[in-house]
Amino acid sequence: MTDAAVKHADARPRRRINYLPYLLSLPALLVCIGILIPFVTAIYYSLQRYRLNLPMMRGFIWFQNYVEFFTDREFWHTVQVSLEYTVLTVGVELVFGLGIAMLLQKRTRINNLVSILLLLPLMTAPAIAALMWKLMTNPNFGVLSYLLQLLGFNDFKWASDPSTALFTVVLVDVWVYTPFIMILLLAGLRSLPTQPFEAAALDGVPRRFVFFRITLPMLTPYIITAGLFRMLDSIQQFDIIYPMTQGGPGDTLLVFQVRAYLEFYQYTNVGKSAALLIILWAITYALSNVFIKQWLKLRERARGMA
Amino acid sequence: MEHMSLLERVVRGVLIALIVLFFLFPIFWIFLMSFQTNEDILRIPPSLSFTPTLSNYSALITGKLVSTAGTLDIAFMRNLWNSVLLSTVSVVIALILGVPAAYAFARFKFRLGEDIAFTLLSFRFAPPLLVLLPLSLYFQKLGLTDTYIGLIWVYQLIALPLILWIVRGYFEDLSPDIEYAYRVAGHSWWRTFTRIAIPLAGPGIAAAGLLAFIFCWNNFIFALILASAAKQPVTVGALAFVTASGIQYGQIAAAIVLSVAPTLALALYAQRYLVEGLSLGAVKG
Repeated sequence: MTDAAVKHADARPRRRINYLPYLLSLPALLVCIGILIPFVTAIYYSLQRYRLNLPMMRGFIWFQNYVEFFTDREFWHTVQVSLEYTVLTVGVELVFGLGIAMLLQKRTRINNLVSILLLLPLMTAPAIAALMWKLMTNPNFGVLSYLLQLLGFNDFKWASDPSTALFTVVLVDVWVYTPFIMILLLAGLRSLPTQPFEAAALDGVPRRFVFFRITLPMLTPYIITAGLFRMLDSIQQFDIIYPMTQGGPGDTLLVFQVRAYLEFYQYTNVGKSAALLIILWAITYALSNVFIKQWLKLRERARGMA
Repeated sequence: MEHMSLLERVVRGVLIALIVLFFLFPIFWIFLMSFQTNEDILRIPPSLSFTPTLSNYSALITGKLVSTAGTLDIAFMRNLWNSVLLSTVSVVIALILGVPAAYAFARFKFRLGEDIAFTLLSFRFAPPLLVLLPLSLYFQKLGLTDTYIGLIWVYQLIALPLILWIVRGYFEDLSPDIEYAYRVAGHSWWRTFTRIAIPLAGPGIAAAGLLAFIFCWNNFIFALILASAAKQPVTVGALAFVTASGIQYGQIAAAIVLSVAPTLALALYAQRYLVEGLSLGAVKG
């Protein structure tokens, strides 16, 4: 949009209230508003002693569910596993995604083909991806178990061993979501202005220097946006861990949403489950505010460069 | 940058080959497994030479699984149909609701406009279980548990924010001048919207619809909580199938292939739109 067009649009006199935009956006809002009711209900439940199997015991207990978390070792375990999962997945995916994007930066036919093929894992449903990897890591016939045996790892039990379970689900997450980061960073890389790089090449600046002093700083907004977006999803992980291990073995992989799910359906403790989810919501709400700001800034930049 | 040494070319080639191997091998391997009998699958070492069989697919399609333990009924085709129905209807409804709203947010500065837009976007980031668990109790009271209508309604949480924000970006990129000119020529607002604005934003609407379809198809948690076997999509159905059939690995692989084939085919067919939609509007197409 040119500046003249913006001015022209703003200069149009608008005397009476225009109902049209409300009319247009209301249906979408109404459909979603029904969903706000359960949200309020969840807050209400989280302030109650509420077990489905003990309806007589139900009562208002204010913040007791939350206060109990402070001394609850299981709760802190959940916090720890969720953070570990988030940091590991987002970290590995950013490094791999950036590396792959830089490898594929030039628009050659092969690079374009590879970047299209890498869309496939991303388009696989995470729950189905978990099943695929479960088949491949099956101790009896899994091809990956077999290959590891050839390399001498005879008792690598993937998701069924507490010491390697986190590694296994992180691996599946990396398989599914690295292409997402790659796409975003590749788009970013290809939209960077070429002059600084040409100047650096002319002056014979070493590549490492170019990467750390030109590429990385210019790409930072894209890296932050992609990383925040993945963090928001990763901290809420359910789709890979639940089909793969149901949070096990034992309590190894009980991240927030998996624990809340089991708390609700297995232990029928609605109050505790709701409190757990409210805490998760508070975390994601804070993260999403930062993300949305970053994202809008990036969009403005993309517009400005066009 | 232009002159790469031979060593660098080789290193690059090897790295790209490794990347392709890592990301495509699982899909390739499961695809092969789906054409193998259980004996082939269980053979050690795993081998690439086997006589392909279609028995896994025919068992899924006919819904009868004949094994030594007896005949097992599988409802996988029903899951597949549920996925098609739920995703298609959800996206169509989300487009009908979302495109006019996106237009309103892009073209009009109105009171609460930004607040409404952000509220809709924030649904995308809230933990799904936070909404789903209380909702499952409400749905029981309302009789919406295990109905297509209930599921499609909840699926709007996936499709609507996505469509709203991608399409809004597209409308904002279009200069309003053409629309003003058309209106000055005496056409109604509605005609301007359907004849000018929507066709011009067509690629954006297609990208958003496609992405929304894939996200609906791939969703797992919504149906896990709100649907029983008869209404489950493939994502939940495949997991149930693994639990029920236990050791019929060939059929499991075939079920996985059928579950991912539609989204993968769509992705390859429309990859350009997809990349645009996925880059969150951070780049110009």
